Amino acid sequence: MDAVYFLVQQMMFFSIPLLIVALGGMFSERSGVVNIALEGIMVAGAFTSILLISLLQSGMSGQILLLIAIAVAIVTGALFSLLHAYAAINLRSDQTISGTALNMIAPASAIYLARMIQPNGVQQVQFTNTFRIEKVPFLGDIPILGRLLFQNAYITTYIGFIIFGIAAFVLYRTRFGLRLRACGEHPQAADSVGINVYKIRYAGVVISGALAGLGGLVYVIPTSTNFNATVSGYGFLALAVLIFGQWKPLRILGAAFFFGLMKTIASAYSGIPFLRDLGIPSDIYKMVPFIATLIALAFTSKRSQAPRASGVPYDKGLR
Amino acid sequence: MSDYIIQMINITKVFPGIKANDNITLQLKRGEIHALLGENGAGKSTLMSILFGLYQAEEGQILKDGVPVLVKDPNDANELGIGMVHQHFKLVHNFTVLENIVLGVETTRHGTLHMDEARQKVMTLSEQYGLLIKPDALIEDITVGMQQRVEILKMLYRDNEILIFDEPTAVLTPQEIDELMRIMRSLAAEGKSILFITHKLAEIMAVADRCTVLRKGKYIGTVDVKSSSPQELAEMMVGHKVDFKIDKQPAQPGEPALHVRRLSVEGSHGDKKAVNNVSFDVYKGEIVCIAGIDGNGQSELVYAITGLMPSTGEIKLNQAPIDHQSIQKRIKAGLAHIPEDRHKHGLVLDYDLQQNLSLKRYKTIEMQRHGFIRFDKVRSYAEGLIERFDIRSGQGADTSARSMSGGNQQKAIIAREIDIDPEVLIAVQPTRGLDVGAMLYIHEQLVKVRDEGKAILLISLELDEVFQLADRILVIYEGEIVAELDPKQTTPQELGLYMSGSKRQEEYA
Repeated sequence: MDAVYFLVQQMMFFSIPLLIVALGGMFSERSGVVNIALEGIMVAGAFTSILLISLLQSGMSGQILLLIAIAVAIVTGALFSLLHAYAAINLRSDQTISGTALNMIAPASAIYLARMIQPNGVQQVQFTNTFRIEKVPFLGDIPILGRLLFQNAYITTYIGFIIFGIAAFVLYRTRFGLRLRACGEHPQAADSVGINVYKIRYAGVVISGALAGLGGLVYVIPTSTNFNATVSGYGFLALAVLIFGQWKPLRILGAAFFFGLMKTIASAYSGIPFLRDLGIPSDIYKMVPFIATLIALAFTSKRSQAPRASGVPYDKGLR
Repeated sequence: MSDYIIQMINITKVFPGIKANDNITLQLKRGEIHALLGENGAGKSTLMSILFGLYQAEEGQILKDGVPVLVKDPNDANELGIGMVHQHFKLVHNFTVLENIVLGVETTRHGTLHMDEARQKVMTLSEQYGLLIKPDALIEDITVGMQQRVEILKMLYRDNEILIFDEPTAVLTPQEIDELMRIMRSLAAEGKSILFITHKLAEIMAVADRCTVLRKGKYIGTVDVKSSSPQELAEMMVGHKVDFKIDKQPAQPGEPALHVRRLSVEGSHGDKKAVNNVSFDVYKGEIVCIAGIDGNGQSELVYAITGLMPSTGEIKLNQAPIDHQSIQKRIKAGLAHIPEDRHKHGLVLDYDLQQNLSLKRYKTIEMQRHGFIRFDKVRSYAEGLIERFDIRSGQGADTSARSMSGGNQQKAIIAREIDIDPEVLIAVQPTRGLDVGAMLYIHEQLVKVRDEGKAILLISLELDEVFQLADRILVIYEGEIVAELDPKQTTPQELGLYMSGSKRQEEYA
């Protein structure tokens, strides 16, 4: 039973950032803009927020600092994604290229700025992890569930679940969500009933930026003690989650857990007696998440339900 | 109050190089059905786009109830009570009917969508005007006719009183057209004013009160439909007397030229076959027409026969199997193709006319020497065709295909395809978007080719064209042939029943 608790607790560290970033990607794609810049935006969000933690940590620590860092990550991601929005929406550029540009510029600037700003001139940004919650009062004492979700956890896990709830609600139950989906499927139809496609798409991209920025921070905090200008391909994995999740919140949640579990097996199998005793080389375990991605996408991509206008620049003049 | 609910006075709209609307005046009376008649390119759509706020006119003004108004975008139009059913519906395929209707004017409560009021209003309107819909069905699951009713309800839901219909019958079966006419009459009876864009005279005679005619961007006149005749309207539209009938003798079918058995093509979405187990023959010296509503597998059937798409089954041309041959070999075997989309599959738009005309000939001995193209021969060949088929263009053989008019582009394709002396000619919507003159010319050419003993497979969505040209009609529905009809012994109404899938002949069951 201990192995199960361990597995679930570990899984959250991997699944929650995937969930948050994939939900971000969902907002962008369902508004009609492909956002492969998620990786770069994660790096940008993680960089500013971890740098802030690193600088302020001597003066303060704990949950307040984390909340401030979260706000910084969100703002950074939102601002950074504006570059992609401008290129994709106003300039009608190829969205893959502008996304790739962001993916390249983010780690490069992070290294450059880290070396410039930090007194010791190194590119790694060190921080001390003072954010782990050993046990949430009351909730942590609930049998089974308490140990699964409310012990050895981070506040970001709960933020992730809250974001999931809000995202699903916004997408399906609000006017904004309805219009967003219309813009991703048939922008001409949205335009003909007086919806400003450009505004909606800006909103979609900026939301995806905010969530991806946050996801960058959420990924780095539990899995490392320094930030080295990378989120190890998590932005791309989040894209896979988005596709596997068929651009739908509940399926994205399932997909995020699935990929999180695979990742957990890869990185923490030595902590699980059963897997450790199988005698399989560690390289095999490390391949698991990527092989799972390949297989999962191969099976789901055939009946893919991508938003029809996703990736197609909207031009009012063309009808 | 003014007699006219909408007046467009002296409207002029210039696009680069062309005056799309030249001093046009249109006056719409309250509660009337007003047809706007003209050939393709006459400026009907431009004029309606100006009224709906999609374009701004350079000159002229729009009056609502006698008061000048500005229509800068569709929102302004909506506020003035102007709604439009576009030729290509503006519906989101994976939204429900109800969601599509309320999109843009949603009612919310505490920030969440509140659909109950909307549903009630929609259902009331639906009953009031006899517009049968399923509010919770997805758009992709309902028929084209119902999609059109959804578009009409969209306008009514917004309390629009001026309703524009842009070529609304193009996608409908004869039965659905009758239904639409009934709906339009009931809308007018309830005080709505209707503008109805079309080029079909029969529909105007059936439903319109008055008719404004445009030709080449100019205003020709407005007539009372009751005191007019189809002949008069046609003359106003075309500018000279027209005889729609072409001279066509009964067919003299000979040997089978095209032989198709159990042909199937996979659908693009994987679940349903686009063409399912289709078998037929086309004999020398006859025109066989595949009739059907757009999207029932016609395109895929043609792609399979011409080799643009993989298929299963048997295709023989003059007894010789061609189903596994390359496109080039099929052409050599005697297959000619006038494609549906002349820009995508018919022409290389950035090539000049002579290159386009020689696309199926440049490999022949006459046009090559040691592997190099002999451009003098290409030119003289092209000039021959231009002369024979009366292809008009700015710089003759050197004109870029892109700069030619649609009718002349189509003539160029037809010249090229007929001149390779095919055994089987496949013509897909050969007169789409052409004016009456070009249409008649192309029909005559096709009949001439038939009379030379060639087999012609014609795919058309226009029933007039089907009845004009076909010696036999095959009806396609959801990728299957459901009936074979003799055009002399059937009616558009009967054909419509087969096209919509409500009827099926026993031998095709």
